[in-house]
Amino acid sequence: MQYMLLIYENDAERVAKMDERMPFCSAYVEVMKKAGIYVDGHRLRGADSAATVSVVEGRTHVLDGPYAEAKEHLGGYHIIDVPDLDAALAWAARCPSAARGRVEVRPVWPL
Amino acid sequence: MPRADDTSVREIAEAVARRSYGKLVAFLAARTRDVAGAEDALSDAFASALVDWPASGVPANPEAWLLTVARRKAIDASRRRRTRLESADHLKLLADEVDAAASSATPIPDDRLALLFACAHPAIERGIRAPLMLQTVLGFDAAVVGSAFLVAPGAMRQRLVRAKSKIRQAGIPFEVPEREELPERLESVLDAIYAVFSEGWSDPAGSEARRRNLAEEGIWLGRLVASLLPDEPEALGLLALMLYAEARRDARRDAQGEYVPLADQDPAAWDGAAIAEAEALLLRASAIGAIGRYQLEAAVQSAHVVRRRSGRADWAAIERLYDALLALTGSPVVALNRAIALAETRGPAAGLEALDALARDARLRDYQPYWAARADLLARCGNGAAAREAYERAVGLEPDPAVRRFLHERRAKLQH
Repeated sequence: MQYMLLIYENDAERVAKMDERMPFCSAYVEVMKKAGIYVDGHRLRGADSAATVSVVEGRTHVLDGPYAEAKEHLGGYHIIDVPDLDAALAWAARCPSAARGRVEVRPVWPL
Repeated sequence: MPRADDTSVREIAEAVARRSYGKLVAFLAARTRDVAGAEDALSDAFASALVDWPASGVPANPEAWLLTVARRKAIDASRRRRTRLESADHLKLLADEVDAAASSATPIPDDRLALLFACAHPAIERGIRAPLMLQTVLGFDAAVVGSAFLVAPGAMRQRLVRAKSKIRQAGIPFEVPEREELPERLESVLDAIYAVFSEGWSDPAGSEARRRNLAEEGIWLGRLVASLLPDEPEALGLLALMLYAEARRDARRDAQGEYVPLADQDPAAWDGAAIAEAEALLLRASAIGAIGRYQLEAAVQSAHVVRRRSGRADWAAIERLYDALLALTGSPVVALNRAIALAETRGPAAGLEALDALARDARLRDYQPYWAARADLLARCGNGAAAREAYERAVGLEPDPAVRRFLHERRAKLQH
């Protein structure tokens, strides 16, 4: 079953400390690949680089910035393929971001 | 009776809850086989106490008061479920027994051991036994238990409910097994208690109060079993093992909060009183003359603790003990620890050779200590490139940030 691990942490800090933290992140991704469970994943640019689109009553609105005003933003994601939620939670607990912010675990709903 | 203000009544009720919860659940459940019903009845009784006690004062025997209130509720619930014919006598018996226990001056019988045996019954799925103990004997809620075992709270709640209804429907007995059955059944009780302790121990910083608490609760359960079964060497062995480990808790972090591995710990920072208690327990256990897994593991700890006097762990003894443990359990984790001991007694190449023999074991593939040990031995054998790779895997698998930093630094040192 596929699960998405959505990483939320303090966005400014995440971007500022990226270089220092990358080795830990790569090591984490690498063991998931070695375990044969890794499907896909990426880090995201800072939330201030976001633009948000919505269409209301036929009119398109574009807003500068992320969808919600918050300190913690989506900073990246991993998709893993594991037998069940327990296994997904065990991998989420190893994510370096779990110790700094939070990692949301959601089952993928195939189209 | 003295009037008490709300705060102190709440404190008294909470103290009684903490001390008596498991005992009262056990007493009721052992007579109804209905763990969930006993829990519900008691939580109602505690709620009533918070209303009643501030007005009429804290009763002289709070446990008996709670039991009497809980009894009404438990009997109601039990009556709803059973057919009229079979229930009448049984319920009368329960009511009489509860009244007798509640009114007599002698303490309420301690059925917690029976409850522990029911929780760890072979018919109960292995993975839910420790959570079940935490909930029924210690009163932890499903969300706390779920977090501790890394299971979503909703899923944990369902599993606990299922396990409790299995106890009731399958008629799992609430009793201490007969002599011939006891060793095997006790082993599953001890395994579940050790699982509780290990969850708490895996938070070396002790920064998460919730998990540190689990190590203490594991020791508390270990003490309970050791006191109720004082002639069972494995029960003593497990308590000794947990005390040895707990004695080193604070030494696992330096003043800056960084991780300190066992080999670099200052033995003076270990808790001498806990070690002395563990040594005495292990001695008592070995005098009974029936060796087992927990006594052997405690003996390994004892051989490490020798460092306090001699400055060096007794690695020859550790190797022998792991040989015995491996023969007994066949566990890949024991085989890994044996390889680490071999590296000390016969050199890193011998240790590495033993690790190579485990390389294909799928159970170790995602096990951080395997990769950390492999990295260390590769480095000591002069194979820096392979050591760096193994350290990288250990870093990726480790959930604790301080340990992750430690492994990362070890790896970085190899590059220069």
